[in-house]
Amino acid sequence: MSSVNDTLLANRESGKGSLVGYYPAGYPTVKDSVDALVAMAENGCDVLEIGVPYSDPVMDGLVIQIATEEARAAGFVLGDLFEVIRRVRARVSTPLLVMSYWNPVLRFGVEKFAEEMLVSGAQGMITPDLVPDEAAQWLEVSQAKGLDRVFLVAPSSSNERVAANADASKGFVYSVSTMGITGERATLDALARDLVGRVKSLSKTPTCVGVGISTAEQVREVNGYADGAIVGTAFVKAYREDGLPGLVAKTKELAAGLG
Amino acid sequence: MKLSEQVGPYYGEYGGRFVPEPLIAALDQLEATYEAMRIDPGFIAELAELHKTYTGRPSIITEAKRFAANYGDIRVFLKREDLNHTGSHKINNVMGQALLAKKMGKKRIIAETGAGQHGVASATAAAFFGLDCVVYMGEVDTERQALNVARMKLLGAEVIPVTSGSKTLKDAINEALRDWVANVDTTHYLLGTVAGPHPFPTMVRDFHSVIGYEAREQMLELTGRLPDAVAACVGGGSNAIGIFHAFLDDEDVALWGFEAAGEGVDTLRHAATLSRGTPGVLHGAKSYMLQDADGQTMESHSISAGLDYPGVGPEHSWLKDLGRASYHGVTDTEAMNAMRLLSQTEGIIPAIETAHGLAGIEHLAKVLPAGAHILVNLSGRGDKDMETAAKYFGLMGDK
Repeated sequence: MSSVNDTLLANRESGKGSLVGYYPAGYPTVKDSVDALVAMAENGCDVLEIGVPYSDPVMDGLVIQIATEEARAAGFVLGDLFEVIRRVRARVSTPLLVMSYWNPVLRFGVEKFAEEMLVSGAQGMITPDLVPDEAAQWLEVSQAKGLDRVFLVAPSSSNERVAANADASKGFVYSVSTMGITGERATLDALARDLVGRVKSLSKTPTCVGVGISTAEQVREVNGYADGAIVGTAFVKAYREDGLPGLVAKTKELAAGLG
Repeated sequence: MKLSEQVGPYYGEYGGRFVPEPLIAALDQLEATYEAMRIDPGFIAELAELHKTYTGRPSIITEAKRFAANYGDIRVFLKREDLNHTGSHKINNVMGQALLAKKMGKKRIIAETGAGQHGVASATAAAFFGLDCVVYMGEVDTERQALNVARMKLLGAEVIPVTSGSKTLKDAINEALRDWVANVDTTHYLLGTVAGPHPFPTMVRDFHSVIGYEAREQMLELTGRLPDAVAACVGGGSNAIGIFHAFLDDEDVALWGFEAAGEGVDTLRHAATLSRGTPGVLHGAKSYMLQDADGQTMESHSISAGLDYPGVGPEHSWLKDLGRASYHGVTDTEAMNAMRLLSQTEGIIPAIETAHGLAGIEHLAKVLPAGAHILVNLSGRGDKDMETAAKYFGLMGDK
């Protein structure tokens, strides 16, 4: 399989652009989440993000909060994450990142978590509540194991922080489109375009835009200036409302926004 | 370096800023403003004047002779934070942060609340300073503390019930953080305890340290010496840090924090974070917390809503590891008995949170030498807890 970085760059080069799809492990069951992620890969997602259900998801809106709470209530444990990765990896070659709040990783052991990701077939991790300033151990371990690490930049970040977070990231840096939590928004902020402009002028690391993207038009718009569009809530909502067929339809619909 | 000179972001391996990047700029702004104001003579004088003319400081010390007589040869002194405006120590921090919000040009404050004391204090400060105020409160707590919801509304605040997660204080903090991410330009998050990301643990401690500095002077004047032990209840830990701070470098003064042991620390229903927790990251800081093997936050339990929290401020974790402060669990039953005892021996009805600190005196009387002087932070009054107490002791209806 190709790396996250190579995939994003090749898709940018060809003019297609990239769709990065988030889906939580264990929702509504472990088996269903494997089928969901595979379907997303087969119907147009270029990179997969596997979310780790967590008790205190401060960056997430209600749709993802409820889905991840249900996954935990249905019995999701951290060991299931690596099982989901293994089973998805066995069926598709799409690059795959874990998205986890920091405490589950810290509790599991940073080195051991990294090793399990590597062995099960993930390319790295997005850490929504871990800034590079606090990430000394993760920087060291991910470097040693050749794993991607994706930090966030936000419209409120100073130029110094945009440069530092982008340079500390590997794979891509996550540009938060707006000041807010995950969830659908009718229109994308001009803030996103400005932020990506700053990333591009301050770092060589590719950047994908996330938070608030839910339509093919938004996927097209974002790929006009960034290296990919990240969608989470819209996929989880589609599955919630219409099951796997709904998720397949939503993936195709959003992938149609690519070139 | 003196222990009392320690400031964030780190207390040993604890503290830090484990928050999403969008919040970092707001924390930087808050830190810079606070760093400038904490040494600004104008700000210091303005806050002192507010405490004198509005909060009601300094708070007095009352010796609890009849209460102490139950425990043998000891003397017990109560630092009367219950006599502050709004009925608890919470106002010390709230007035400080609301004044900072004004200095930063923020027109809106948001706050989390469990029992409602911090929410009421925040709504009070918002009314006083002319700021908009939104209080997040777990849905379960809005039902348990309906009267405090009414108080906040009367003061002009909007109270938003939180329906996610366990629907208690922990989830109210999550929701306040989500609001702050989206409204950081106009809004100050008035966090109510010494937890959270830097600079909150240091700043909130500083605003409450007035409790200990006053008490230290008052004890010297009253008894001619320092107390042998200083005791307080610990949930997030703000009133305990407030009274401990002035004594941190007095090596002969023992510092004791009493946590909520709920139905017992050997059950799953307690909030004894320091006694039974493990280090982890919750609400933006590394500290002791109650978590399972997967790093999921566990639900806490206490009869006292204000101590019903699975985390604790990072400075307490540091003081515990250093051995400078000791932490001990007090069960629901022990706390309720202490509440009744203080009421009936001194005519002072303490908050159930505070009663945990008072219950700890039974333990201290055994470990301290005869004649020991114990200073207790009487952090809040019990009016808000009358419904719980009436049910617990069977004081209503025919009984």
